[in-house]
Amino acid sequence: MREASRISVGRWLTFMLLACVAVAFIAPLVWMVSTSIKPESQAASGAIRLLPDPASGAPSQAAANYSSVWNDRTVKFPLYLRNTLVVALLSVAGMTLSSAIVAFGLSRVRWRGRGVVFALVLTTMMVPFPVIMAPLYLVFKNIDDGMRAAGVLERAPWMQMLGTLKPLWLPAWFGGAFNIFLLRQFFMTIPRELDEAATIDGCSSWRTFWRVILPLSRPALAVVALFHFIYVWNDFVGPLIFLTNRDQFTLALGLQLYQSQAGNTPWNLLMAASTMVVAPLILLFLLAQRTFVQGVASEGLK
Amino acid sequence: MRAQGSASRVRPRFGSTARGLLWVSPWLVGSAAFLFVPMAMSLYYSLTDYPLLEPPLWSGLDNYRRMADDPVFLRVVKNTALFCVLSIPLQTILAIVLAVLLNGRIPLRRTIQACIFIPTLVPLIASAMVWMWLFNGELGLVNRVLSVLGVDGPAWLVDRDWVMPSMVLMSLWGVGQAMIVFLAALQDVPRQLYEAARIDGMGALRQFSSVTLPMISPAILFNVISLTIACVQVFAIPYVMFRKPDGTNPAGHFYTMYLYENAFVYGNMGYASAMAWVQLLVVLVLTGVMLLASRRLVHYRRV
Repeated sequence: MREASRISVGRWLTFMLLACVAVAFIAPLVWMVSTSIKPESQAASGAIRLLPDPASGAPSQAAANYSSVWNDRTVKFPLYLRNTLVVALLSVAGMTLSSAIVAFGLSRVRWRGRGVVFALVLTTMMVPFPVIMAPLYLVFKNIDDGMRAAGVLERAPWMQMLGTLKPLWLPAWFGGAFNIFLLRQFFMTIPRELDEAATIDGCSSWRTFWRVILPLSRPALAVVALFHFIYVWNDFVGPLIFLTNRDQFTLALGLQLYQSQAGNTPWNLLMAASTMVVAPLILLFLLAQRTFVQGVASEGLK
Repeated sequence: MRAQGSASRVRPRFGSTARGLLWVSPWLVGSAAFLFVPMAMSLYYSLTDYPLLEPPLWSGLDNYRRMADDPVFLRVVKNTALFCVLSIPLQTILAIVLAVLLNGRIPLRRTIQACIFIPTLVPLIASAMVWMWLFNGELGLVNRVLSVLGVDGPAWLVDRDWVMPSMVLMSLWGVGQAMIVFLAALQDVPRQLYEAARIDGMGALRQFSSVTLPMISPAILFNVISLTIACVQVFAIPYVMFRKPDGTNPAGHFYTMYLYENAFVYGNMGYASAMAWVQLLVVLVLTGVMLLASRRLVHYRRV
């Protein structure tokens, strides 16, 4: 009896502590949304309140703030959203497919040198992006120069790299070390008898990959796609380096432009813009909470 | 059947190497073009004077020697190192503590877990905006709450003494991913181990140090290594917060920011490349040291 009540007191204390922590973690986002629906004068006043005063004015004030951000003349959020989605779509498709192909070669095909290549893949995960960011810019510049010298750009101007979104999504079509690793670990758990049976049935290894392994790996592919989508949505350094033309900016870059433009951006509008950038990700999380949690856990444990 | 199957596994068939290479060719081509070639280029540029508009000019180890006399370089190294030393242990400890607390039967467990995880989804650029607002000296929520408690809060992102604490606090906001990893590791610890520990008369703390910690040590190692790689290259948040038209707040100047400035603002590609290689070597050495140390400290279950 005493034992049981002591345990439950401990549980309640733990709960209270964790509840406070949870509130502290979510408060910045609540405050972001709260600021975004206030008039400028109230956002800058010293009062701590969640809703504008009067609260009944919240919907119209929110509409005013958000439409002012969305329709800004110099910082074109609708365009940046489109650019971000283009990069995300092309990038996620390429990353998922190519990483799966490479992972298949590293798990279901037996060949000499496989271990060496796999070790190389793992090693490259340690290279920080800043190490290559400057020369990577020059790589794309050299590709452009080479194509110009060969007369390719004259005939096919769409192949131009710098000044377009290509540097942001093209590398994704060659696989990412981390995703290759993740998918390889998953492919290893699929019983070998399945592709042996497929081979006996006369399936080529490509067909085995396409018809047997990929359909069985949907959960792992979903994790890769989801996480790469978030990566692209969040990426700031890549666009900062490769995009010079404002009309090609992504949301992350656009948000920074919005904050740094001449004159002080009012806090209520800046928070409305931030909310627009954050909200889709949180929505995605609420829809696919399971995939997220399992994905994070499996990344950290393998 | 089985014996035959395993025999064919041992002996690779003729031409299988070409077949394997074909499968991994996307990565081979991609990593050559977008990783190894850029790395080799930057190694070469690091040994040259390369102002971008003119061709690189061989200068030997000059760029590397220059670092020792560059006060800005020394400052960004100091700031970045301090950030790592403060942020990595604090993030790891907080993540473990939260995971252990959440690992019981707690009411609203999933909701609490979601609240702590969601901030990790916020794009760095958006979290920079949110924290600039929260940490604003006059209007920010943090100082408003402090003033209710009777404390006069500092100008967090301006006052040089408070920039580093602000950076560390912000980094703790992203502890949710590590927490999820530890939570999953905790759930993998076999129940019998705790029962055995209890029979041996271990108290809660002893159980934590003799059972829990060794069992989740592989996850701790993974987490510390990936945190180190991330903290060494911290960029977006300080870039947005501390880089102003009238100069960068020296307390908020970090390694990658200075590397970026050298490459894309001052056009010192040679110096930037040398900085990149120093950064790479630091990451490799730190990872290597941690992997070596882990041989004695990390417990891998033999299955």
